[in-house]
Amino acid sequence: MPEFDIVVVGGGPAGMAAAVAAYDRGVTNIAVLDREEALGGILKQCIHNGFGLHKLGRELTGPEYAAVYEEQVINRGITVFYETMVTAVSKEKIVTAQNASGVLKFKAKAVVLAMGCRERSRGALNISGTRPAGVYSAGTAQKLMNCEGFAVGKRAVILGSGDIGLIMARRLSLEGAKVEAVCEIMPYSGGLTRNIVQCLEDYGIPLYLSTTVAEIHGRERVEGVTIAKVDENRRVIEETKQYIPCDTLLLSVGLIPENELTRGAGIPIDSVTNGAVVDEHRQTAVPGIFACGNVLQVHDLVDYVSDEAEIAGIGAADFVLQQSQTAANLPTKAGFGVRYVLPQRVSQDTSKDLDLFLRVTQPFGKVRFTVRSGDTVLATAVRLKAAPGEMEKLTIKNAALSQATDALTVELEELA
Amino acid sequence: MNQINHYDVLIAGAGVTGGLLARELTRYRLSVCVLEKENDVAMGASKANSGIIHGGFDPEPGTLKAKLNAKGVPMLYETLRELHVPHKNNGSLVLAFGKEEEKTLALLLERGQKNGVPDLRLLSGDEARALEPNLSSEVTGALLAPSAGIVSPYELAIAAIGNAMDNGATLLRNFAVTAIEKTDRFTVTAADGRQVTGRYFVNCAGGFADRIAEMAGDGFFTILPRAGEYLLLDKAEGAAVSHTIFQVPTKNGKGVLVTPTADGNLLLGPTAVPVDDPADTATTAPGLETVATLARKSVPSVNTRNVITSFAGVRASEKGGDFILRASEKIPGLVHAAAIDSPGLSSCVAIARYVVNILKEQGLILTENPDFNPIREDVHAFRHMNDRERDGYIKANPAYGRIICRCETVSEGEIVDALHRNPPALDVDGVKRRTRSGMGRCQGGFCAPYVMRLIARETGLPMQKITKKGGASRMLTEEE
Repeated sequence: MPEFDIVVVGGGPAGMAAAVAAYDRGVTNIAVLDREEALGGILKQCIHNGFGLHKLGRELTGPEYAAVYEEQVINRGITVFYETMVTAVSKEKIVTAQNASGVLKFKAKAVVLAMGCRERSRGALNISGTRPAGVYSAGTAQKLMNCEGFAVGKRAVILGSGDIGLIMARRLSLEGAKVEAVCEIMPYSGGLTRNIVQCLEDYGIPLYLSTTVAEIHGRERVEGVTIAKVDENRRVIEETKQYIPCDTLLLSVGLIPENELTRGAGIPIDSVTNGAVVDEHRQTAVPGIFACGNVLQVHDLVDYVSDEAEIAGIGAADFVLQQSQTAANLPTKAGFGVRYVLPQRVSQDTSKDLDLFLRVTQPFGKVRFTVRSGDTVLATAVRLKAAPGEMEKLTIKNAALSQATDALTVELEELA
Repeated sequence: MNQINHYDVLIAGAGVTGGLLARELTRYRLSVCVLEKENDVAMGASKANSGIIHGGFDPEPGTLKAKLNAKGVPMLYETLRELHVPHKNNGSLVLAFGKEEEKTLALLLERGQKNGVPDLRLLSGDEARALEPNLSSEVTGALLAPSAGIVSPYELAIAAIGNAMDNGATLLRNFAVTAIEKTDRFTVTAADGRQVTGRYFVNCAGGFADRIAEMAGDGFFTILPRAGEYLLLDKAEGAAVSHTIFQVPTKNGKGVLVTPTADGNLLLGPTAVPVDDPADTATTAPGLETVATLARKSVPSVNTRNVITSFAGVRASEKGGDFILRASEKIPGLVHAAAIDSPGLSSCVAIARYVVNILKEQGLILTENPDFNPIREDVHAFRHMNDRERDGYIKANPAYGRIICRCETVSEGEIVDALHRNPPALDVDGVKRRTRSGMGRCQGGFCAPYVMRLIARETGLPMQKITKKGGASRMLTEEE
């Protein structure tokens, strides 16, 4: 059985950055396995700009951002298996995959899981009505338009104001389609503010909050949708129903980390993030198996995916090099106003500062975040506003971390 | 000038009934042609139903349903093995909640014994829960039917018609019958002007059987379409029960079943709502809510957060309540196989043989076809193979190594097969029903563009002309 020090599952932004970081840490016998014919993952279809501002200090398109990392992978001579689909990862770190040459099995000292995420489908939403052509998840439409070069429709309604939905509203408009509305079931958008401005407001596309698609019409191709306001329990308010003729319905209603392989390896999953439970090295409960990027938690910006992947790559390399690691025995907890905290457990390794990543439960104005361990305050941070669509990062100084005695709880208080 | 083809037997409708009949007829030296108005087979009642092989205790003794259900079950199992259609003999339980319903169970038991259903047994609530630990604690008794099973109904129809075609039958799609004239032969005209003729004509048109009967000059019954809505859950829920779980019929309706599917998902449903149009397969919010609520009565732990899709099917019912299997009293050579609602799937092979017999009585000469091959080769479904088998397949044909649908592990090789073997898929949903590509948890989000590319490559159809399910269901917009 071929052996690698590190096998990286997935060659998107997370997999590429993890492989490069591990290599630069001193582990060079690395394989990246990707199901597509080129590295880059979903970035390949994201032809809009806005990538790399934080990480690379310049504004790039998705394929350009991918190319930066692809070049680093290639220049280092890291082995890449293209059009190779991983079908199983075991606790013993045997990775089973298949491609046109047959079924392949690799033995790895460490594995980095970087499979990314998928879009929630119409079926999972249970929208009633007919099942015609013309209902697409936003990413599928994006691939058909940007990679295959086809128009998916002429008159569209978009359900969900996540970033892909917003970007596709602009994309369809640029291609000459009319976007009638973007509907968001929540009373606020889950997308980045900059995308609401640049993709909707600049194009005069209305955003209807607390509104959903109640029914799909049309037997063969979509002929229209019924939209309606929802009450605080997200139930349709009958008298607000309104018919909008259209030939296309795009869904941008959330991303789900693709953790089938993770579950198959018996790795515990966090029911809030839908990703693995990890420590600060992004190591899962199975020693030597790491996870990063959208398979671990859905990110807003690829720049943060790359950051996280570097942590996982370095963690995997250190594992292979048998660098001693402090046991991660302090759990982190989400307190008031906080939906989740990642990593879910940390060690008291005081050689460096510790970054915690989190999302809030709902939009807030000015807030103060506090990280406590027992009665000890380890860190505080003030933000002018906080929204579920924007991930927050809090840093605990190494000196403060040494005072931790118990679980680290993050909570917020609203400031006037 | 269009050439008109002549056949011994014309069959209107490529569902389970028409498909199995076509297959039975190819056992003899006969030319058979199946006429289907849609772009694929199994697009009506055969596409969306519970997929249950019923034991046969439901129908009133003396009816055709009673006669053909219990008798048809072993015939169906044999056929499923010959055609390599995924199925499972998982047994069924009818649940009783309280004394009143237990009386109904006793009645069903008695009826089942009259109908010749083997091995029926009454269980206590605890015995039922020992078999199915997730059943409600409110269950007080159950009727076990070990012969019951599950099967994918559309895969059966596809396989039956495919096997009939392999044995010489013809399938004409997008053939919406608009006129049927009988002189010495039947001349049947489609909406697009195509014509075929046949000596015999069998009406297997499901929800549209009354219209076909009328066109043929023998309109004596009316189909009363009844829609049923379903929720399909992720394979993560597929092991919630192993038997098919029914509730006793009450005055409020027939109840909702909870069952694993032959493909390993969990299925909940159906409702029963009269609709005007047999093609009205829209789902409704109240319908889907009813399904979820009633399913939880049987199995409280069912997690509807794992729903991956919902759908509706329409039953081709008739007011008499029994199958209509008979030669026309007016038009010689015309035979109806109509009003095939539950247990039509369980009875389908018995129905086909019953209809063959009617045709024989009507003068059709049955000479054995020595070349008839009852076996349809297994679809090489990757998801059922171990690593060594997969490796062998890929070595022989590298296209099996390229996975197109990651949720269901469907390879390019399987999709290419589906686009070429009988009856070839012509659209995206056709590929889905044959291979399960797009049927998993992402519902085609990743694979749809790849499937479209493969359809274009293998059929020569331009991308813009590829449809979801024929007609105007174009996946893309054409440039102006």
